Amino acid sequence: MNFGKNFGEDRNIQAEPGASNTEDMALEQALKNFRMSVVAWSDAAYSRPRTVTQAVRRKSWRLAAGWAMGCALAVGVVAGAGYERHRGQELARFEAERVASQQRLAQEQQGLLREQQAKAEEEDLLAKVDSDVSREVPSAMEPLAQMMAEDERQ
Amino acid sequence: MTRATAEEIAARKLEAATDEFSLVVERHRPQIFRFLLASTRDVDLAETLTQDCFLKAHRNWGSFRGESSAMTWLMRIAINLQKDHWRNRRMQFWRHTQTNSVDMEDAGEWLPSGESSAEKQLLAREQVSHVWTAVKGLSERQRTVFLLRYVEEQELSEIARATGLSEGTVKAHLSRAVGKVRTELGGKQ
Repeated sequence: MNFGKNFGEDRNIQAEPGASNTEDMALEQALKNFRMSVVAWSDAAYSRPRTVTQAVRRKSWRLAAGWAMGCALAVGVVAGAGYERHRGQELARFEAERVASQQRLAQEQQGLLREQQAKAEEEDLLAKVDSDVSREVPSAMEPLAQMMAEDERQ
Repeated sequence: MTRATAEEIAARKLEAATDEFSLVVERHRPQIFRFLLASTRDVDLAETLTQDCFLKAHRNWGSFRGESSAMTWLMRIAINLQKDHWRNRRMQFWRHTQTNSVDMEDAGEWLPSGESSAEKQLLAREQVSHVWTAVKGLSERQRTVFLLRYVEEQELSEIARATGLSEGTVKAHLSRAVGKVRTELGGKQ
């Protein structure tokens, strides 16, 4: 086999100014060795016993790892979404409870206020009645009241 | 009777085509594998791509008109498969988190045990390792052209047909590739 046979033909392609003959020879030798190396490696790899099971196993492993990662990601996303939803619901419930509690307190205060007002009105009414009743003289006592009034004049 | 004869002819044609394709596989498979191995530095990947190449060739064997040699046609398929593979790998980076490509040093270890001295063997290994380093730094096209020329020892016209480039472009890529190899060898010698 004539290794590196193209090198001589390619001299006009890759010749560089200042490239010496020694460099050319070194390059030619390197290219020959490179080809021999690739051929030797390829021949060895080509004639080796085929390891289909290994490849399949590795592919299966990769597939399984890919699926596992995908599943983990999906579970994470679903769990995250579930947690967010639950948290949102909890917050909404808490807020609703807070608003309801405030409303209840306000209603209680209003009721108390109304009760106090009603009580005050009732007390005023009773006082007014007492006052009115105390000023009026029953008809049976009228002569006596007139006498008292005359005495006072005299 | 006529129909039976037509079927027989078709069957014979199919059989002949199958035999012909088997011969093509037998003759060119090692070369295609070698090119793909040198391009990828991955034995498993090279085997897979070689299988894909011949599967594709078998499917399209009927449309092969013999305008170029079978080797050139197969090489063109192999080059396209290789390109597709790297493109897909870039797109689907999570599929393969690691590469099975061997290191330059390991690739450079492969030398036939000749009659040369241990010193020469060592020097040859170093040279091969430097060439691999330079090849790794080449662009995809430069690498393809370089390997077709210096490993497969193809003519420039054949390389042009296999890659779909003009001969001038092939020469330009080759010149740059050899320049880089020369620099790598010159700088490390």
